[in-house]
Amino acid sequence: MSLLTVSHLSRSFGGVKAVQDVSLQIPPGSLTALIGPNGAGKTTLFSLISGFTAPDAGTVVFDGKDITGQAPHLSAKLGLTRTFQIVQPFTGQTVRENIAVGAHLQHAKRTEALSEAETVAERVGLASQLDKPAKDLTVAGRKRLELARALATQPKLLLLDEVLAGLNPQEIQEMLPVVRGIVDGGVTVLMIEHVMQAVMNLAEHVWVLAQGQLIAEGSPGSVTQNPQVIEAYLGHGTAARLRQAKQDSV
Amino acid sequence: MKDLRAVALFTTLIALVPFLTQSGVVLNFVMMALYASLLAQAWNILGGYGGQFSFGHSLFFGTGAYVQAIAQMQAGLSPWLALLLAAASGAAVGGFIGSVSFRYGLKGSYFALVTLAFAEVFRIFALSVPFTGAGVGLMLPLKESASNMQFADKAGFVWLILGLVTIALLVTVWLRHSRFGAYLQAVRDNEDAARAIGVNPFKIKLWAAILSGGLMAAGGAFYVQIFHYIDPGLAYGPATSVEALVGAIVGGMGTLWGPLLGAVVLSVLGDVTRNMFGQLPGINMVIYGCVLILIMLFLPRGISGLGASCRSIFGRKKDRS
Amino acid sequence: MFDLSILFTSVLNGITTGAVYALIALGLTLIYGVLHIINFAHGASLMVALYGVYFLKEQLGIDPYAALPVMVTVMFGLGYSLQRGIINRASHGKDENILLVTLGLSIVLENLALLFFKSDTRSIDTSYTLATITVGPAMIALPKIVAFAGALAVSAVLLAIMRYTDLGRAIRAVAKEKHGARLMGIDVDHVYAMSFGIGLACLGAAACFLLPAYYVNPLVGNGFVLIAFTIVVLGGMGSFVGALIGGLLIGVVESIGGLYLGESLGQVGIFVIFIAVLLFRPQGLFGANA
Repeated sequence: MSLLTVSHLSRSFGGVKAVQDVSLQIPPGSLTALIGPNGAGKTTLFSLISGFTAPDAGTVVFDGKDITGQAPHLSAKLGLTRTFQIVQPFTGQTVRENIAVGAHLQHAKRTEALSEAETVAERVGLASQLDKPAKDLTVAGRKRLELARALATQPKLLLLDEVLAGLNPQEIQEMLPVVRGIVDGGVTVLMIEHVMQAVMNLAEHVWVLAQGQLIAEGSPGSVTQNPQVIEAYLGHGTAARLRQAKQDSV
Repeated sequence: MKDLRAVALFTTLIALVPFLTQSGVVLNFVMMALYASLLAQAWNILGGYGGQFSFGHSLFFGTGAYVQAIAQMQAGLSPWLALLLAAASGAAVGGFIGSVSFRYGLKGSYFALVTLAFAEVFRIFALSVPFTGAGVGLMLPLKESASNMQFADKAGFVWLILGLVTIALLVTVWLRHSRFGAYLQAVRDNEDAARAIGVNPFKIKLWAAILSGGLMAAGGAFYVQIFHYIDPGLAYGPATSVEALVGAIVGGMGTLWGPLLGAVVLSVLGDVTRNMFGQLPGINMVIYGCVLILIMLFLPRGISGLGASCRSIFGRKKDRS
Repeated sequence: MFDLSILFTSVLNGITTGAVYALIALGLTLIYGVLHIINFAHGASLMVALYGVYFLKEQLGIDPYAALPVMVTVMFGLGYSLQRGIINRASHGKDENILLVTLGLSIVLENLALLFFKSDTRSIDTSYTLATITVGPAMIALPKIVAFAGALAVSAVLLAIMRYTDLGRAIRAVAKEKHGARLMGIDVDHVYAMSFGIGLACLGAAACFLLPAYYVNPLVGNGFVLIAFTIVVLGGMGSFVGALIGGLLIGVVESIGGLYLGESLGQVGIFVIFIAVLLFRPQGLFGANA
C-alpha cells in the first residue's frame, strides 16, 4: 500500500499550466527523488501535496486519507511535513526553540518539547549550536535546522525541497548521511533535488518533471539515460547529438 | 523558574511602596506608570509576541471603560464584577476583530488599518448612541469605599493596578513557556514555516487577540475607576492606542519586561515635560511621537534591545568555538 | 424620500468633493504603489499643507490658487527630505518599522499643530469663497467646481509623468522590481524619495483646492487619512485610475450618507466600506496587487 498517492493533479496560474495531470505513488520507507529543470513545477507540486496551494483537479491521498486541498497544518498533524527551498527559520528564536516548535506537535509540555529538540538536533548534527540564535547560522546550518524542525514533528512522510541547494561539496557530503539516516529511522522521504550526486547516491526511484508534466520515472540510472530527460535539461536535439558524439568517438 | 521568581520579586517590592511612602506624588506616579504598563503589556501580546501590529487598541480599552461604567450605573453591579465583565467584553471584541481580520488573512499594514477603522467606527457609534451618554459621556458617581473600588487612599489603587499588571506579567510568562506562546512566536516569525509543522495560524492569532483585548479592557475599566469619567474621544480615540504601542516598542516588543520598562520611561518623560512646559495640549503626544521616531531610527528593538546588543557584542568573544 | 433636486445636488457635491479626495488618494497610491508602505503621515501632511495655504493667504495675501506652484514645490521638498532623511533610515529595511515611523511622524505633526494653533478651526475669505454656480436644479459652490477641475488636471499631469518621463519609467521599474531596477543602475533611494515627494506635492495641490471650500484645524488630517486609505484600498492599491474612480465613489457615498444618516453616521458608511473592502476584496476594484 503506498503512503502517498497523487492522482491526476493539475494546477494553473493565469494561463500557465504549472502542474499538468501528475500522478505518482510513494511506497512507505522509501527515499525517492523528484527532478527536473528549473521552472518544471516541482515546488508547485510540493505545494499542492502539502496544501499550501489548492489543485484545480486531481486528488492527494495520504496514509489512506484524502487530504486534497487540506490546510498544511492539518496534513502535518497526520504526518506529512515539508521544508522550503528558501529556508525559513524563525529568526527571533534560538536553534533549540526553533526545533521545539516542531516538537510541540507531539509534545504539549514545553520542557518535553525542548528536550526533544535536543535529541533531534543531535541527529542532524546541530547539537553544538542549540543556543545560537537561528539568524546567526550559516546556510548549511539553516538547512539542517529546517530539517530538524520538520523531523521533530515525527512525520511519516517528509517532503524535502532542495535541502542541498547552496551547500558546498563538503557540506553536501556531510548532509547525505543525515538524510540517509532519517530514512533508516523510518521516515519516508521525497526530495526535490538538483544535486545529481545526491540523487544517484540516495534515491531508490526518481520522477522527472518538465513543464508541469511527468516525462519519465524509474531508477536513477535509467532516468538519467532517458533521451527525453536529457532533452528536457539540455535542450531539443541534445540526446541525438550526444548519441552521435558517442558513436563518432568509438 | 527564573521568570516567575522575577515577577514575584517585582510584585512584592512594588506592593511595599505604599508602606514606604505617604507621598501622593510618588504613589500617583507609581500608579500611572503601572497603568501605562498594563496597556503596553496588553498590546505586546498581540503586537510583540504575535507580530500583529494594532493601531486601534483603544477599541478594547474603550469597550472595557464603557462596560465598567455602564455595568455600575445602569445595572447596579459591583465594580469588581463589572471589572470581570469589562475584561470579558474586551476579550469578546478581540475575538470578533481577530476572527474577522485573520479569517481573511489580513496582516501588516492592512491589519493596522482595519483596527484603526474599527476604533473609529466604535467612536462614532459611541457618539451617536444614548446609552453611552453620546457626546457628553458617562460620569461615575463618587462613592469611596473598597467594595466600590474607589479607594480614599491612593494605596488601594496602587495595589489594584499592581494586581492587574501582575496578571499581565503572568500571562506573558506563560506565553514564554508554553506551546501556545511558541506557536504564536512561530507565526510571527514565519507563518508559512509554522503551518508546515502543524501550527494553525488563525486559531493562534485569534487567541492572542482575545487575550490582548481582555487585558486592554481591564486597563479601560481601571481608567474609569480613577478618573470617574469616560467619553467617546477618551475611550476610542487614538491617544490610548498610541500610548500602548509606543510603550511596548520603546521598552522592547516581544519581551517580558520591555513594556513595563517602556511605560516607566514614557511616564517619566511625560512628568518631566509637564513640569517644564506645563499642561500644554498635545505636548505629551509630541513627545511620544518623537520618541517613537527616535527609537525606530536608533534602537528598533527598544531599550531591551540594548541589553541584547551588549550581550551579543561582549558575548561574541566567548562564542568563538 | 428626498426631493430629486436635493439628491442631485448631493450627488454633484459628492462628485466635486470626491475629486479632491481622489487627489489626496493619488499621492497615497503613488507612495504605496512604489514604496509598498502605508504612509500614516499622509493626513497630517495634508494638514500641514492646508496650514501652509492658510498662512500664505493670511500673512502674505497670496491667493490659494496662485499659491499652487509654491505649495507643490515646498511639499515636494518636504516629502523628499522626510523620506530620505528619516523614513528610509528608520526602516532598517523592515516594512513594520516604516509603518511605525510614519505613525510617529503623524503624531508629531498633528500635536505640534495642536500646540501652535490650538484646536481652532480656521477658514479663509476670498471674493469667490461664497460664489456658487447653478447646474440644473443644483447650486454648487464655485470653489468646489474649481477643485474638481483642478483635481482632474493634477491627475492628468501625474499620469503623464508616470507614462512619458524617464522618472516615471524609473518609478514604475522600482515599483515592479526593486532589485532588478537597482541592477539596471537606477538609484532606488532617490526614486523612493522622489515618489514620496511627488505624493506630498499632490497634497500641496490638494490643499490649494481644498481650503477655499473647506477649513483647517490640527485634527483635520485624521478625517482625510481614513478616507484616503479607503479610496486607495477601494480603487486597488497602486492603481491611479482606481484611486480616481474610488475617490468619486466615496465622495458620493459620503454625501448621500450624510443626507440620510446625518453627518457623523454618514462617515460610518465610509468606514464600513473600508472594512468590507479590506476583508472581502483587498485588491480593490482595479488592483494589481492582492
